[in-house]
Amino acid sequence: MSLLDVKDVHGGYGGAPILNGVNMSIEREDIGVIVGPNGAGKSTTLKAIFGLLEVTGGSITLDGHEVANQLPDKLVPLGLSFVPQEFNVFTEMSVNENLEMGAYIRQDDFSDTLDYVYEMFPPLKDKRRQKAGELSGGQRQMVAMGRALMSQPKLLLLDEPSAGLSPRYMMEIFETVVNVNKSGVGILMVEQNARQALEFASKGFVLAGGKNRFTGTGRQLLDDPEVAQSFLGG
Amino acid sequence: MNEFIFFFNKVIISGATLGSVYALGAVGVTLIFGILRFAHFAHGDLMTMGAFISFMLVGVFQSLGIQTPLPTGFVVLPFAMAITAGISLGIDKGFYEPLRAKGVKTVTLLIASIGVTLMLQGLIRLFAGTATRSFFENETKDLFRFKIPIEGIKRSINISEPQILVIVTTVITVLILHFFLTRSRIGKGMRAMADNPSLAQVSGINTASVVRATWIIAGSLAAMAGTMLALDVILKPDLAFNIVLPIFAAAVVGGLGHSYGAIAGGFLIGFAETMSVFNWSIMFRGFDNLPDWFPNDLSLVPTEYKLTVAFIILVVVLLVRPQGIFKGASS
Repeated sequence: MSLLDVKDVHGGYGGAPILNGVNMSIEREDIGVIVGPNGAGKSTTLKAIFGLLEVTGGSITLDGHEVANQLPDKLVPLGLSFVPQEFNVFTEMSVNENLEMGAYIRQDDFSDTLDYVYEMFPPLKDKRRQKAGELSGGQRQMVAMGRALMSQPKLLLLDEPSAGLSPRYMMEIFETVVNVNKSGVGILMVEQNARQALEFASKGFVLAGGKNRFTGTGRQLLDDPEVAQSFLGG
Repeated sequence: MNEFIFFFNKVIISGATLGSVYALGAVGVTLIFGILRFAHFAHGDLMTMGAFISFMLVGVFQSLGIQTPLPTGFVVLPFAMAITAGISLGIDKGFYEPLRAKGVKTVTLLIASIGVTLMLQGLIRLFAGTATRSFFENETKDLFRFKIPIEGIKRSINISEPQILVIVTTVITVLILHFFLTRSRIGKGMRAMADNPSLAQVSGINTASVVRATWIIAGSLAAMAGTMLALDVILKPDLAFNIVLPIFAAAVVGGLGHSYGAIAGGFLIGFAETMSVFNWSIMFRGFDNLPDWFPNDLSLVPTEYKLTVAFIILVVVLLVRPQGIFKGASS
């Protein structure tokens, strides 16, 4: 039994189905990267796992619990966290308050986790009283990831964490993703910068038309000539 | 100097009283807008409802022979606030929540709240009739006169007990609200939901409990504002329906969804109203040699047109700074 098991998931937003049979399994040690062309259902897969759209077929289990079509306020206590691609910080609240909101479901003392997040994202430490809306794109992304880590998730879902960031910030965010994974959090992320992300991925999934086209380790996908030609731009 | 004291009584004290009532109402409107994204049109009648509940509780207190040093209408306020908060929760459960569950557009909620307005007005008239009543039928309304110990000053600063209570209670309430929104878990959850509802949901914030907290706060503030207004002026079935416009203007001027903005907007509109009906020509009476043509009445608008002031401010703010003085959730 894996940490996350996605089996033959179908679903959509009520109109035509977008997911037509997605399969994935992620362990706590894994960094899973979902790549594929636009409209392949990459972000939709993450949203389906996080209960943000209706799953009409298949099963999603987290740690053995069936979680398909559960609302986020049930999923977060089970150890799942999600960082949306856009609008992923509370702009009118301070950095520290953003992080506190990530720990909203926790009744215990979370100051240790707060220290851990500031250690993971050193630039945030000096800005803890500043409004998140005033930060740069890269720092906002750090706040968004930090917020998601505050609930001490077993699995972190990231929707294009490097979108709109400069190459330097992209590498910084990727480094952090690897560090977060080393601290014991499973990662499943959607990424446009497929080559760079597959370099450090332990599992790679190429989606097209709402289902898996190729599945393997990051290395295998990078070395597969067909994947390279069709999905990684030659 | 006598003229300045007249100005202080007419503009500063009246403006602060009116502004307090507007601010308490506007905070409720703005909180509901921030969390549920619709203009709660029935808020004025919720205030009137709260005032009538206070009035009934005063009757209960007096029939039990309970004597209080402060006006009984003020003493019963905590109970009236609790009951009105319960009514607000009931209204949400009965009318707005089923609509939200169906995923209707927010304009449908606005229309539903107009229906709730009519329903509340009907209920009030059904149980209390259409008569005008006073909280001070069986007790006296104390008026404090403060003499200024300077030679030649005949006027005194006049302030009534309800006016003192309104202003002081509003200041305390605003402070409590500030600490609630910045320190407490549910208060921060409310700000988070007003800021970014989908991210609040993603963070695992229990949005249903945030909605409940919003109605409890908005309902109790409505009861407070309504009762204070009725203590200061008079209790009638259309007590607060008439001031829905300035209250919404205050919320919009401050930036919808922004609590501090709503408070600032409430006082801004309160003072603007008292200043524009004030006869400024009085301020010149101390001067000798005023020309004959100098007008006797320099007020900007006649008293009966006081409400237009809020409207003008609203229009100007929407033209010049549509997001409100403070940036609001609607922007």
